[in-house]
Amino acid sequence: MSLTVDLLEQNTVNLNSKIPLGSIEDKWDNYKADMKLVNPGNKRKFKVIVVGTGLAGASAAATLAELGYQVDSFTFHDSPRRAHSIAAQGGINAAKNYQGDGDSVNRLFYDTVKGGDFRSRESNVHRLAQVSVNIIDQMVAQGVPFAREYGGLLDNRSFGGAQVSRTFYARGQTGQQLLLGAYQQLARQIGLGGVRLFNRTEFLDVVTVDGRAAGIVVRDLVTGEIESHAAHAVVLATGGYGNVFFLSTNAMSSNVTAAWRAHRKGALFANPCFTQIHPTCIPQSDEFQSKLTLMSESLRNDGRVWVPNNPNETRPPHEIAESERDYYLERLYPSYGNLAARDVSSRAAKRLVDKGQGIGPLKNGVYLDFSEVITRLGREVVQERYGNLFEMYERIAGENPYEVPMRIYPASHYTMGGLWVDYELQTNIPGLYAAGEANFSDHGANRLGASALMQGLADGYFVLPYTIGNELAPMLGKTIPGVEHPEFKKAEQAAREKYDNYLNIKGSRSPDWFHRELGKIIWGRCGMERDEQGLKQALSDLPALHEEFKTDLNVTGDGTSLNQTLEKAGRVDDFFELGMLMCRDALERRESCGTHFRTEHQTDDGEAKRDDQNYCHVSAWQWGGDAMTPNLNIEPLEFEAAHLATRSYK
Amino acid sequence: MTQATSSHRSPVTGTAVASKRRRLFLLDLYSTAVGKKYVMAITGIALMGFVLTHMIGNLKMYLGASELNHYARFLEELFYPIAPHGVALWILRGGLLAMLVLHLHAAYSLTVLNRRARPVKYQSARDFQIATFASRTMRWSGMIALAFITWHLLDLTFGVVNENVGAKDAEGLKDVYGNVVFSLQRVPVAIFYVIANVLLGIHLFHGAWSIFQSLGWNNPRFNKLRRSFATAFAAIIVIGNVSFPVAVLAGVVGN
Amino acid sequence: MSNKIKNLTLKIWRQLGPTTKGSFETYKVAEISDEASFLEMLDYLNERLISEGKTAIVFDHDCREGICGTCSLMINGQAHGPQQGGATCQLHMRKFSDGDNIVIEPFRAAAFPIVRDLMVDRSKFDRIIESGGFITAPTGGAPDGNLIAIPKPVSDAAMDSAQCIGCGACVAACPNGAASLFTAAKVAHLNRLPQGQPERFKRVESMVETMDLYFGSCTNHGECQGACPKEISVDVIALLNKDYRKAKFASRKDLAR
Ligand SMILES: Cc1cc2nc3c(=O)[nH]c(=O)nc-3n(C[C@H](O)[C@H](O)[C@H](O)COP(=O)(O)OP(=O)(O)OC[C@H]3O[C@@H](n4cnc5c(N)ncnc54)[C@H](O)[C@@H]3O)c2cc1C
Ligand code: HEM
Ligand code: SF4
Ligand code: FES
Repeated sequence: MSLTVDLLEQNTVNLNSKIPLGSIEDKWDNYKADMKLVNPGNKRKFKVIVVGTGLAGASAAATLAELGYQVDSFTFHDSPRRAHSIAAQGGINAAKNYQGDGDSVNRLFYDTVKGGDFRSRESNVHRLAQVSVNIIDQMVAQGVPFAREYGGLLDNRSFGGAQVSRTFYARGQTGQQLLLGAYQQLARQIGLGGVRLFNRTEFLDVVTVDGRAAGIVVRDLVTGEIESHAAHAVVLATGGYGNVFFLSTNAMSSNVTAAWRAHRKGALFANPCFTQIHPTCIPQSDEFQSKLTLMSESLRNDGRVWVPNNPNETRPPHEIAESERDYYLERLYPSYGNLAARDVSSRAAKRLVDKGQGIGPLKNGVYLDFSEVITRLGREVVQERYGNLFEMYERIAGENPYEVPMRIYPASHYTMGGLWVDYELQTNIPGLYAAGEANFSDHGANRLGASALMQGLADGYFVLPYTIGNELAPMLGKTIPGVEHPEFKKAEQAAREKYDNYLNIKGSRSPDWFHRELGKIIWGRCGMERDEQGLKQALSDLPALHEEFKTDLNVTGDGTSLNQTLEKAGRVDDFFELGMLMCRDALERRESCGTHFRTEHQTDDGEAKRDDQNYCHVSAWQWGGDAMTPNLNIEPLEFEAAHLATRSYK
Repeated sequence: MTQATSSHRSPVTGTAVASKRRRLFLLDLYSTAVGKKYVMAITGIALMGFVLTHMIGNLKMYLGASELNHYARFLEELFYPIAPHGVALWILRGGLLAMLVLHLHAAYSLTVLNRRARPVKYQSARDFQIATFASRTMRWSGMIALAFITWHLLDLTFGVVNENVGAKDAEGLKDVYGNVVFSLQRVPVAIFYVIANVLLGIHLFHGAWSIFQSLGWNNPRFNKLRRSFATAFAAIIVIGNVSFPVAVLAGVVGN
Repeated sequence: MSNKIKNLTLKIWRQLGPTTKGSFETYKVAEISDEASFLEMLDYLNERLISEGKTAIVFDHDCREGICGTCSLMINGQAHGPQQGGATCQLHMRKFSDGDNIVIEPFRAAAFPIVRDLMVDRSKFDRIIESGGFITAPTGGAPDGNLIAIPKPVSDAAMDSAQCIGCGACVAACPNGAASLFTAAKVAHLNRLPQGQPERFKRVESMVETMDLYFGSCTNHGECQGACPKEISVDVIALLNKDYRKAKFASRKDLAR
């Protein structure tokens, strides 16, 4: 008997992933053939709330409005265009096979499942690969200036985890250009009156009536007013929770509040411990650092990673002789060298820094050295390839990478975990959907480069508009609870009390202080490497710190005008509870897979050791009334099309 | 502590559905700032053409009284006999006046628009990176140019402030040469003349560049030349025009 | 590497809301390291204010890597501060010297009312986009991405102007409070592409007319280009003007029909 089977029997929620029948290639077509439709004239009788205006939210809101639904769109940003998707640099995958190098929907599907270390749901991933091709068409039509060849056709580059060139890009600003495309489509609908936009408005709670999502409670960030909105369906496209680490490459305001509040109302939170660490970021420079900046992974094509042999080294890098340097990636992974996979090279860096061999003023980085390539190919060539990145590095770090090696260190970057959703992207609460980084659906235990943008747009453009219709069709003619319903009033009242409470604690520490301390615990115990002892320690430290938060928090200002300190307090509070769940999830998953690396479970040469016998499942947690007492539910994963295999970098 | 700083906000929607009022084509064009800039630029070009020809014509001064007076006569007789005496000149003058009025109206309405666009000024000193003194003082340099034009007309065209106007030269032609010499021998007038022309030069230093942008004439092939053109144009006007009072005061002209 | 520590005097604009009166407040900050970014310096000051029981200074920011366009600020009379080609969040304290006085004001324009302190409301930019800054291509009907070949120079030129981050520095820097660079950047992005042609004239007409409702006019100062974190060239404004003229003629033909 496997643990998966045991656990399944203990499920507290009936998890139905609603995977359509048929072979993997036919599932999506079968679904579309069978789904119920809302006739065009009736669509305007339905109201859909979309929270978030990132790639997933903007594309969903625009498309639903184009179809005729009444859409209300919410964002805490001042403009929909500011969503964090704007910051993605590298590119977006699609199985177009424009390069004729043997790509196909099946290959993209397989790469994504394998990249996720076989911890994602096959059917969802296959659909993602199928619609990936439509995304490129849609975005080109929208005017996204993707890079092109001289002949005028679309250009591609290759990205980690794939042997084909399938990544479409717009300079180093792919996320920006895609988001602007979706934003403009949304803007058109706002202009036409198809979408009502509530900007600078933060989602605080989802309201359920008789087990169905009936609407949401929001807070106007400008006036502090709390009010409710009722709808037939609610979509949460609110991004990832990478900021639980405090320092991450995410935008400052990215947070888990929306997903977490839904979780507290009964939505399951899946695989929270699957978080991705990116190996090439600029290391922290001091205690006041507010966020970390990603440096494109492409730098590893020509840079050599090393640290000094001597932990007490004080000389500047150029004075350290070759024999006194440890080019550890080349030493440990001779065949991949400096190009070893993201998680592998991240962990290697961490181990050396932990041993005291780190470099820089805080001894918290490793060198990425270009002197060899500069000597070999000349400065000109290097400038041509990496000019922009070098400039960006110099602006931030104040050192010229042509002369001094770059300092890099891994940082939190993306979260695979999120709200549990079925094939229709519906959470276990009927009428409540989650899309984009906010759901858990497609990336398993590790996400391949350039596939988050793909997933956000797939969800918003090509999945939700169908699946929501299927849910709404039977509701035609039925009345839904309005905002006068007592459940709304109750939720509003709770929200008001929550915020008043932060203001009334009047302790001595700012929300940022708590966030920083929280981040240190999570990064230390539930970061690149995890072990039982550390996780247990975290599970005792976190509640203590959270308790301190509740009694010693200091929020100045008031609740009736714009107050960023107050906004932050609410977000940090939710990060605390999420942090506890992350550590719990990491503790219960006694295997290593993808980015989840349990030191107890590794091969002799330090690679992740998966346990398919006991952990080939999704861990979907149910709120148990307290952050420390969640109930585990599992969804077993079956692999029919992609066969379970070991991920290897050797 | 503090009160709410803003009342209930409503959602944003239907922002682009307001129906558009249809106007006569030219009025329609003129109704937006971009359209007004077209008018500024086209009238500016006409005025530049005038200023340039005017300056070149006046260079006749250096050839002696007779040459200049004959030139003035030529202008009055322009297109004679098709047009009666003086008529063509008045039509030109009328055209120029219309250009000036349009230029002024556009300048005025744009200035009003711009003032409204920033009702509360920056409370600390600005540190401009690219905007030049010339571009930031267009309305002042323009206004002084206008004052000068007015004076100039009162002085040399209508003779209100010039006793010599009305005199004839030896050949019986209007003594334009004498008028100029009389006018510019008055030191304060000469100084005003110099200042106004330098300011006109400054106006043109920016204006003659700006027209290209306003009219959408932008092409990598000639973009670099636009700046040189404007500088050269402004310099030619200033050097030419300033030379007259200097020459009169130095006694090169008028003896 | 240098890790110099600086002491600075900050003069920061504080204002409760759009209609209340604001004023400068002076703050001294000590021990700011070269490595800190400008916004981290403000975070640091805010931490201190909170610990003193005072209300933190409100300022807009998000990505902190120069792409979201949320940060703003007039720093010593320059939009995004004393650095070319970067947003405020990309400004580092090594640009300043020990003992400096730094004056920080919000972006000022009638179209950008102050929300609080240094935060302004730039949603009029959204109104401009809503009026025409898009290509009408509803989801589902798009032809294959490679159906139309777009010459690389055209696509590159479109990308140059598509980089605009919508920060509003152009408006803030412009002596006239004009939004020409922002509007023209979007027009230049879409009007240069084959996909943008069907709506080319309608787009520029509505966008210019919407822009006119809120912003000043362009005197071709060029100050916007100097302030733009993406160094978008005023060339796009000439393109806007040209297309607007053509649009007026085109729409006259439509009327005659
Ligand atoms: C530096 C960086 C580089 C990346 N590069 C790549 C790449 O090259 N390729 C790739 O595929 N992926 C990349 N990613 C990942 C990718 O950008 C994100 O996963 C993706 O954009 C997420 O999109 P989204 O629509 O789900 O959410 P987001 O874009 O994060 O949008 C979230 C939205 O929700 C709103 N919101 C959130 N909470 C609330 C609330 N409580 N109330 C109201 N509104 C709320 C926000 O205002 C925002 O509009 C990168 C990520 C980072 C950090
Ligand atoms: C001899 C007379 C004049 C000439 C040759 C002249 C020429 C020009 C030119 C070529 C421009 C540039 C137009 C553009 O940018 O498209 C200009 C702009 C301007 N002119 Fe004049 N001008 C003259 C008189 C005046 C007068 C009398 C005023 C009075 C106030 C004036 C005010 C302005 C202003 C304010 C602008 C800038 C408008 C803007 O860009 O917003 N000009 N002028
Ligand atoms: S044009 Fe430049 S300055 Fe203006 S909003 Fe865009 S990025 Fe900012
Ligand atoms: S904070 Fe995003 S551009 Fe400055």
